[in-house]
Formats: sequence, C-alpha cells, structure tokens
Amino acid sequence: MMAMMRQQQYVLRTVEERAVRLIRLWFTDVNGQLKSFAITPAELETAFAEGMHFDGSSINGFSRVQESDVLARPDASTFELLPFGPEAEHSARMFCDIETVEGTPFAGDPRYVLKRNLARARQLGFTFMVAPEMEFFYFAEGDPTKPLKPLDSGSYFDLTLADVASDLRRRTIGMLEAMSIPVEYSFHEDSPSQHEIDLRYTDALEMADTVMTFRLLVREIALERGVYATFMPKPLAGVQGSGMHTHMSLFQGDTNVFHDAETGGLAEPARQFIAGLLFHAREICAVTNQLVNSYKRLAPGSEAPPYVTWAHNNRSALIRVPVTKKDKPSSTRIEYRAPDPACNPYLAFSVILAAGLRGITEGYELPEEAVANLFELTPAQRAKAGIVPLPVNLSEALDEMERSELVHDALGDHIFEWFLRNKRAEFAEYRAQVTPYELSRYLPSW
Amino acid sequence: MEPLLVYPFPVAADLSQALERAGYRYIGVTDEVDAERKEPDDGWGGAIIMADRSPEEAYKLAVALRKRDYPLEPLLMVLRSEQLNTLELNRDLFDDFVVSPLNHRELEVRLKHQYWRLGRGTRPELVEYGDLVLNLETYQAAIARRPLDLTYMEYELLKFLAQHPGKVFTREALLNRVWGYEYYGGARTVDVHVRRLRAKLGEEYANLIQTVRSVGYRFGQSRWSG
Repeated sequence: MMAMMRQQQYVLRTVEERAVRLIRLWFTDVNGQLKSFAITPAELETAFAEGMHFDGSSINGFSRVQESDVLARPDASTFELLPFGPEAEHSARMFCDIETVEGTPFAGDPRYVLKRNLARARQLGFTFMVAPEMEFFYFAEGDPTKPLKPLDSGSYFDLTLADVASDLRRRTIGMLEAMSIPVEYSFHEDSPSQHEIDLRYTDALEMADTVMTFRLLVREIALERGVYATFMPKPLAGVQGSGMHTHMSLFQGDTNVFHDAETGGLAEPARQFIAGLLFHAREICAVTNQLVNSYKRLAPGSEAPPYVTWAHNNRSALIRVPVTKKDKPSSTRIEYRAPDPACNPYLAFSVILAAGLRGITEGYELPEEAVANLFELTPAQRAKAGIVPLPVNLSEALDEMERSELVHDALGDHIFEWFLRNKRAEFAEYRAQVTPYELSRYLPSW
Repeated sequence: MEPLLVYPFPVAADLSQALERAGYRYIGVTDEVDAERKEPDDGWGGAIIMADRSPEEAYKLAVALRKRDYPLEPLLMVLRSEQLNTLELNRDLFDDFVVSPLNHRELEVRLKHQYWRLGRGTRPELVEYGDLVLNLETYQAAIARRPLDLTYMEYELLKFLAQHPGKVFTREALLNRVWGYEYYGGARTVDVHVRRLRAKLGEEYANLIQTVRSVGYRFGQSRWSG
C-alpha cells in the first residue's frame, strides 16, 4: 500500500515537473486491441484515488448483461513519458487495471487474466520470464483495396543505402529504448519489407504491456514517415508470414529452473513444461493464433511450424530448444514458435503458461525429439511417428479450445465464452465470402 | 537525502533549529532499539549524536551504528569541551565532532564537508555522483544536465544505488531494499531494470552500474578498485 502511494506520488510530481499535459490511460480489449482515453493532470489524483468510470459496453469483450460501467485504475508503476506523437514531451501513459463498480477485478480484463495466471505460477514458486521476437511488415500504404507495395525487396540481413525501412527501424529502436524497452537484436527478415525486432526478456506481465506498447510504437513511427506497418500474420501469399516466436523460462528467485547444472541442458521442469505445451498446443492455438489469417501463416511450406513437435535446433519444430552457453545458466530457455504478433499477449502468455505448468504439476512425460525435417515426411510416416498437426483453420482451433478445460480455466468463464462466440462469428463471416482465388480457380472450368 | 538520526529524543531545541535552518530532515531516537524501529526504508542519511549530556549511552549507540555491516556514516558527535580529552580513544566511532553549545553555521559546514567527503553532494535534497544528479524532492534525475525519463522503479533503483556508491548488492538485496514488496518479476526484475537504466543513461554513463560477476551490482567506483 505504501509502495503504491509512493509510486503515485512519483507520477504526480513528474507530471508537474515535466509539464505533462495529457495522461493516456491504456487498457486492452479481449481481441488484443489497445484502447486509450486521455485525462488531464487535474484529473490524475482522482484517477488514482477512485479510478475512472467508463462505459464498457463499447469495448470488445467487456459488455455484461447486468450493467456496463467499469472502472479503470491506472497502474502507477507503468507510468512512462511518450517520446513520440504531436505533443512530444507533453504526454505520458499508464496501463490500467479494470475493475467492476464494486471494486473487484473485472473478469473481462485480459491484464487481470494474466495476473491471475502469474499468481498461480508464483504459488508454485515460479516467475515466468518471456522474450518474444516481433515480426512485421512495412508497406507503402495500408489501403486494403489496393495491392500491397513492399518498401523494398531486401532479404535476410540485407543492408543497402536504399533501405528506407532500416532507418525506420533504427528510429523505432531509439524510441523503444526511451520507453524502457531494450532490444536484443533487430534485422531485416527474409520476406520483402519484413522486419524483426527481438525484445529482451522481462516477466510476462511487463512483457505483455511491452508488446502492446511495441505494436503501437512501430505503427506510429511508420505513420510519421507516411509508411504503413502491419502485424497481420500473413499479408502476402507466397512469402513467409510474421510470427511472434516466444522464448521463455521459469525462475525461482535467482535460479533458472529450466537449467540443469550438471548436464548444462534442460532440467526436469523444462522437459515437463515442454510436454505440457505440446500436449495442449492444439487447445491453446485459437488464443495464440486468433485470426482467420493466422492459419495461412501456419500452412505447411513456410517456416512456420504446422506440426506439434519439439527439437534442439530444428527450426521446423513447434518448440525449439536453443543452444545456450554453458556458463550462462540464466539463458537456458525454450522457444514456442506458434504465436503470431496479432495475438492478445495477455491471453497468449496466460494459456502458454497454463499449459506448461500443467505439464509440471501433472508430471507429463516428454515425447521423443523430432530429428528429421518434418516437411519431408509423408503423412503416413508422420502418423507412425505420432506427429499431429496444429489446427488447419480457426474453426478447428475453436473446436479444440471449446473442449479444453485447461483454456477455460486459464481464461475464466467471461473471456472463454466471449472469445468463442466472437471468433465463431468471425469465421462464419469469412466462410460466407467468395474469394478472388475461388473465382479464378473455378469460374473458367465450371 | 534520507533523514538524519538524531540522539537523544526529544531533540534539543538548538540542534533542531540548526538542522531545520540547513534543510536537513531528522528523526530523534532514544536508543539503539528505537533507532532500528524508526529507520527509514532506505536507511539513515547520517547521524548526529549528542554526547554532552549522557555520554555513556551516546557512545553505546555510536558503537552499535558503526558495527553494522554497512557502518552508518557520516556520524557527528556533539561534545562538551571538557570531553575533548576522551576523544582519542573513541576516534573510529565518529567522522567529525562539534563542541556545544552549538554554533549553527559550524554544524552546517561540518555536515556539508562530510557529505562532500563521502561523494554524496552538499545539498540535502540532492543525490549527486559525478555527472548524475537526483533530486529527492522533485523525483527528477539528470545526467550531464540531460533529464532522464525514468519509471518509478528505475528512479528508486538508481537512487538507492547512487546513495550507496562502491557497495556491492545482490539481486535479492536490491529486490528487498528497493522493491520491498512482492513482485511478479522476482529477482530477475533487477536485471531488467539495470539494463533499462543503462540504456537510458546512455553509452557514456552505462558503466556507472557495474555487474559484479555471480554476485550482483555495484554503483560507481569501489573505494578499493578506484
């Protein structure tokens, strides 16, 4: 309580000292879209003391039958000056927790869902550390009625003077650092105008906030230069889509419990965590890959992992165990390669953690590592090896999710039910479309 | 700056006047137990012990404060002039002394001198180390006059480190003393924040916070590795 008061004091004072004019209060809807409203410094004290009332019925996934008013309570520890935008140096942001008017956590708030899952991990003594690799595309414009124009035709690690995008990326990284988001690596990915920025690990709650900030920042800075940035998983047919490969480990205090000090490899909890993720991978897929378009990225033939497997350094596997230096136990980790950057990070980290923890608490056994290149196996060989595919489309993923007691439990009734309803509608809408592909394929012959 | 420990309690009127005039915050204590109970989260900013009235208890307290893992400093003694001949024996118990009755100006200058000696700056509301300045009243930080945009925890961590230059802290110790409450991130949070602070300090100053291999972190130069 004292700590919270001091944090609020810090925010109030900084707003005054730095002449901040607007404070943006951020929260996330169930779909993973960032929502924001602005208050003035004069309202800030009230916002801390009482929260800000707003009508939740206009927010995706927030509406409830009985009443729609909810409270946004700014989390002072997330206060950060915004280094971009028209009023540079004069606006700041804080993430909010959403509460009901009775003052209890609101079940439709994705940030609360993640907090609840992290609290469960903490009961087992674990903190959950994550580091996502964020991929995205820059296009000349974002008009969906026109063909997409990449900014360049550069490829992996390409470096040319004409690379407008690398200038954009540099500026973005500068802004990220200014907003307490250190970057591990950044490079040009192998598709035209595709880029990757790898974030350095933090605990999962901070990282989910960071992913929200990251997506906004990348898009804002692109817009400043008249460029359109997108996290859509597969904007161009025939080239790699954008993933959000997520590196993760569990810590107990200072100790990485994924690291086996004797062998230098994976400790038992890591093996069980992987087993849990593999076992529940199909159930959590609708959350980690929530768009109709997500499943185009996962189609076989690209680098995205369509099969439920794990391996050391086999990039076609769903879970990869990167090679780490022997004297760096803190970097022992696993990489989950299914998620895409259009996910809701709060919900995605929640279900990933729940699946992994289930593996630990139930003592799941790790299946054998996939050694062959999975794409070269015939379906019969895959079946024999017990390799199952991820869902092929959103509809199948939703069927899997609906049957999953694990996902239901991790998300809670409110979000579980709303998510299924909303996404079923999304798929139905998609299914009702007659696409240009179908016309060109069938019209001439039938 | 954190408040000064002042002995005895209630605080003598001339001392409280002198401290208030100089802008120092202080808390009066009755003995060692009381000193521990009233100690601020970030530790004492220093101590002024009046040994002119009950010297025995005063020395006892000074001994306790100096025997800590991190001896409390600066520690100023207030003495009667006839006590000066006992000074030699107790030299390591304090950093400086003032003779009562107090001269306000003298006390202020001696305190300032001690803070300067410890590299802690001379204005009580500022924490200074080289080009780094933290203002404890306005919660603002600047490096080489460039304001730093810090989150609350980044500010608190930097403040704590800058107030204890040269000392090595483990991650757990930093988590306990700076965060002081249960936090989702666990001990690795400290690494995350150090990394951010270094990024915000900029390349030139990033090494103000040094990693001490397999132990933790140290701010600035160690007194020994100078």
